[in-house]
Amino acid sequence: MLRYTLKRLISLVISLIIASFVIFFVIEIAPGDPASFMLGINAQPETLAALKEELGLNIPKHERYLSWVAGMLSGDFGMSYTYRTPINQMIADRMWVSLPLAVYALLISTLLAFPVGIYAATNRGKGGDITIMGATQLGIAVPNFWFAMIMVLIFAINLRWFSAGGFPGWEKGFFLCLKSLTLPALSLALPQAAILSRVMRSSLLDVLSEDYIRTARAKGLNKRQSLWRHALRNAMIPVLTIIGLQFAFLMAGSIIIEQVFFLPGLGRLVFQAISQRDLIVVESVVMILVFSVIIVNFIVDLSYAAVDPRLRNRV
Amino acid sequence: MEKVSIATIGKYRNLIIGSMLSLLFLSAALISFLWTPFDVTEIDITNKLKTPDQIYWLGTDHFGRDILSMIMVGARTSIAVALVAVGIGIVIGTPLGLLSASRKGGWIDEFIMRGNDLVFAFPSLVIAILITAVFGAGALNAIIAIGIFNIPVFARITRGAALSIWEKEFILAARVAGKSTTRISYEHILPNVMNLLIVQGTIQFSLGILAEAGLSYVGLGAQPPMPSWGRMLADAQTMVSFAPHLALIPGTAIILTVLGLNLMGDGMRDIFDPKLRNTRA
Repeated sequence: MLRYTLKRLISLVISLIIASFVIFFVIEIAPGDPASFMLGINAQPETLAALKEELGLNIPKHERYLSWVAGMLSGDFGMSYTYRTPINQMIADRMWVSLPLAVYALLISTLLAFPVGIYAATNRGKGGDITIMGATQLGIAVPNFWFAMIMVLIFAINLRWFSAGGFPGWEKGFFLCLKSLTLPALSLALPQAAILSRVMRSSLLDVLSEDYIRTARAKGLNKRQSLWRHALRNAMIPVLTIIGLQFAFLMAGSIIIEQVFFLPGLGRLVFQAISQRDLIVVESVVMILVFSVIIVNFIVDLSYAAVDPRLRNRV
Repeated sequence: MEKVSIATIGKYRNLIIGSMLSLLFLSAALISFLWTPFDVTEIDITNKLKTPDQIYWLGTDHFGRDILSMIMVGARTSIAVALVAVGIGIVIGTPLGLLSASRKGGWIDEFIMRGNDLVFAFPSLVIAILITAVFGAGALNAIIAIGIFNIPVFARITRGAALSIWEKEFILAARVAGKSTTRISYEHILPNVMNLLIVQGTIQFSLGILAEAGLSYVGLGAQPPMPSWGRMLADAQTMVSFAPHLALIPGTAIILTVLGLNLMGDGMRDIFDPKLRNTRA
């Protein structure tokens, strides 16, 4: 297990290095430099040169890359071109909206999908199963941002149970914030729950047809006991992988949902930064998103290997 | 030939419903090249925000543009973006997967698979953000972003399926006959993974439609005046309280198209691999 972990760790570091390299140089080929954009077309050459100097745009690219990476490693992402505030502070503030939103959505999706998937698998072919399969098929086809708009229409505009958007800030109280994140989290979670419950169902069906379940039944366990003691644990492996992948997807997906609910998260930050050509902010937010996907995949790989020892030899 | 009976139709239910829905939107897109009920760019403020009636079958938007016409032309954008993106995934991903499988365990295999992992770390939305930051928003960027995301999907699925075929005896026979690995990959492995690629292609197509809608919704995809379902939803957002049909109609179009493609994919999988019926996710 140690050797496997070490190998995955090396591969994680290499992935991060290459990802940072790709992100930096893709952004670097952007036409037009941020300084001229900020000052407009009538800028004096001296002013432009001074701003370039201030923003560090005169330093050669490879040196700027190295200082960007070194900065990130020490938690310093540099200064926003537009706001002249430290980027790590901007990201940290927004992260406190985006991350709880993704976690909240993942929680809802998992809590919904498990019972639904288990119910469908244990009632295979019956009315309940067919209804669930139909509903999940529909759930997968629904774009989450559209679903979000419909939820706003029903629960915020018509029923007035929730606000249609905005975020009060954590200092205003935990439950108030949780309430404002509920509709966004639900709209992110439901399509994901549809996928997850289908995975849960099919994985459980696979396991239930295994010989060892028949053996468990033969030695006197009833259906429920064999399900809880043997089947579920083994069916969890693919489900865990999907949960990991979904978390990564939710982090990225929350960017779109934040637009629907006007939430001040990473998504709003990155779209503002794009329109203001605050490229260093775009660079950093994208790096944070990619970093979180790579880390989550790493954790999924490790937990996979921990559950199924056969995988440790297959790096 | 199998006699068409209720049982046969039941067996192919997914495929039939799915193909019908997909065909509906495909024909809407194709017909829009020749004819739409109204001009999609025609602004008619006196008839704005009409709910569906006899003249405007699906109503009008805040500029008085006919929604049915916009849905038809929007189908074109969605289908074109998703189709080209799937094409990019297949054309680049499949040869990579074949190559990787034929060099199993070697450094080429390792290199391709690690490259795949890396691309997987960039969700299509993130790729789109990067591209837009550099080149500005547009439908082409959406195609590239979704296309890049599709490459590792097809590379992985091809490699996985190809690996099991490389173990088969007829491959051994081909090797004994002196065929090169490249020739075996194209003459024997590829035809055997084709079914899988078609099914996956359908699924990626439907995901592409969803992704295109999402990108256009946040302004990273198709730009006005090109009608797109995602943009229609973005425009509808502020008017949803007094004109819900602006959001309901494009949303339903997306859902039905994606549902149709998914059912079609499921239906084809049932036919290609009947074992999986009722167990698949």
